[in-house]
Amino acid sequence: MIEVDHLTKQFGTKRAVDHLSFTVKKGEVLGFLGPNGAGKSTTMRMITGFIPPTSGDAKVCGISIVDNPRGAKTKIGYLPESAPLYNDMTVIGFLKFCASIRGLKGTEKNDAVERAIETCFLNTVAQQSIDTLSKGYRHRTCLAQALLHDPEVLILDEPTDGLDPNQKFEVRQLIKRLGQTKAILFSTHILEEVEAACSRAVIVDRGKIVADGTPAELLDQSGTGSLTDLFRKVTSRDTEAAA
Amino acid sequence: MSSCTIYKRELSSYFSQPTAYAIIVIFLLFSLGLTFTFGEFMRVGDSSLEWTFIFWHPWVYMLLAPAVGMKLWADEQRTGTIELLGTFPLSTWSAIIGKYLAAATVWLIALVLTFPIVCTVNYLGSPDNGAILSGYIGSFLVCCTFLAITMLVSACTRDQVVCLIVSVSICVLVLLCGYDPVTRELSKVLPPSIFEGVVALGIWDHFSSLSSGIFRLKDFIWFGSIISVCLLGTNAILSSKRA
Repeated sequence: MIEVDHLTKQFGTKRAVDHLSFTVKKGEVLGFLGPNGAGKSTTMRMITGFIPPTSGDAKVCGISIVDNPRGAKTKIGYLPESAPLYNDMTVIGFLKFCASIRGLKGTEKNDAVERAIETCFLNTVAQQSIDTLSKGYRHRTCLAQALLHDPEVLILDEPTDGLDPNQKFEVRQLIKRLGQTKAILFSTHILEEVEAACSRAVIVDRGKIVADGTPAELLDQSGTGSLTDLFRKVTSRDTEAAA
Repeated sequence: MSSCTIYKRELSSYFSQPTAYAIIVIFLLFSLGLTFTFGEFMRVGDSSLEWTFIFWHPWVYMLLAPAVGMKLWADEQRTGTIELLGTFPLSTWSAIIGKYLAAATVWLIALVLTFPIVCTVNYLGSPDNGAILSGYIGSFLVCCTFLAITMLVSACTRDQVVCLIVSVSICVLVLLCGYDPVTRELSKVLPPSIFEGVVALGIWDHFSSLSSGIFRLKDFIWFGSIISVCLLGTNAILSSKRA
């Protein structure tokens, strides 16, 4: 479903993503871990077609994001990191707008919006203006936008960031449920999420993959049975760079 | 299709907030206020409206058109919604066209709302309505040019205030460098070749021929090319910013 092949992004002299390759199959939830600035968001932005890669390619359902970005984008649902929304719209107005852009019309559009509202528990705020929403609802509205067209591939950039424990739990359950029929790539730096929601995880550091495996395999690799220990072992720390 | 969806969203965004109403009311107050004061509408008896009414439009536009256009891309970049637009299956170009047409529509509505003055001159005298229409077309094209300039500036910055200041400055220059009293002074200080170049950039010559009822192909080409260059520039800037 998602095939990333030697994806590279160079910003000036800094190489944010360095020949990254991995795949995510249907029915798989891949956790994308790494310290801040490891290149997680940049990788996701390249797979979703927001920024072009310096070299390499990513294929979504067999469609290259470099050769046919529009075709690939129709297969992807994307939740950007900060859950950006149009504050002057209502939740339902925003979702209808996104559905129209996705090419949905008439009853098909209304059904898709209704389904997304139900899936993301937005019933109570559907008619509310987006600028009055709390952070949790904003996140869920943006997630609903990503689900509208029932995409085969979901790319979620820190979907649980800033949510309270109840909301985090709900979103993880949702990811797990959706992951049964879709290919999901989601980034996080909360390690317990890997065990809670992922079927596989990769750890990236400075644009390269430094660990890859199922949660159980990663726990084995750590030697101590703790993902935190593995994370600290394989990733570089800001303090090291300064020293 | 996607241009149309963007157009509808932008237009409803103007009218769901006070922006459009404020702009339209201020435009009507200023344009009609100037007509009856400095334009000396009652004394001159100019039924073609050329000098008493249409003449003042560019002066009002140079301050107000950037206020309509400043949010178009600056706001998308500030709130991060550009990342949503960039990952929807639509081209940057269709978003540019949709947004531009929405801003132009706000101004078209403002212009249409000046109809009482046209009714008045028809009631009081027997004007050449073709010339009045030509004046309106000239006025609208000046406004569209200023909007295109603003859109180009808006793509460069995420700060609306910076966009407003820079766009107003450019609009003032474009307007003044073709305005007779200014060109007379410029001709005294500038070498002829540079002077001609500066005057060719000015909007006044093209506007004044239309406002006096003369249709010249070169004026339409001038307006068309400035607008196209600004929109193409917007596309280039938005694309290069992501690379």
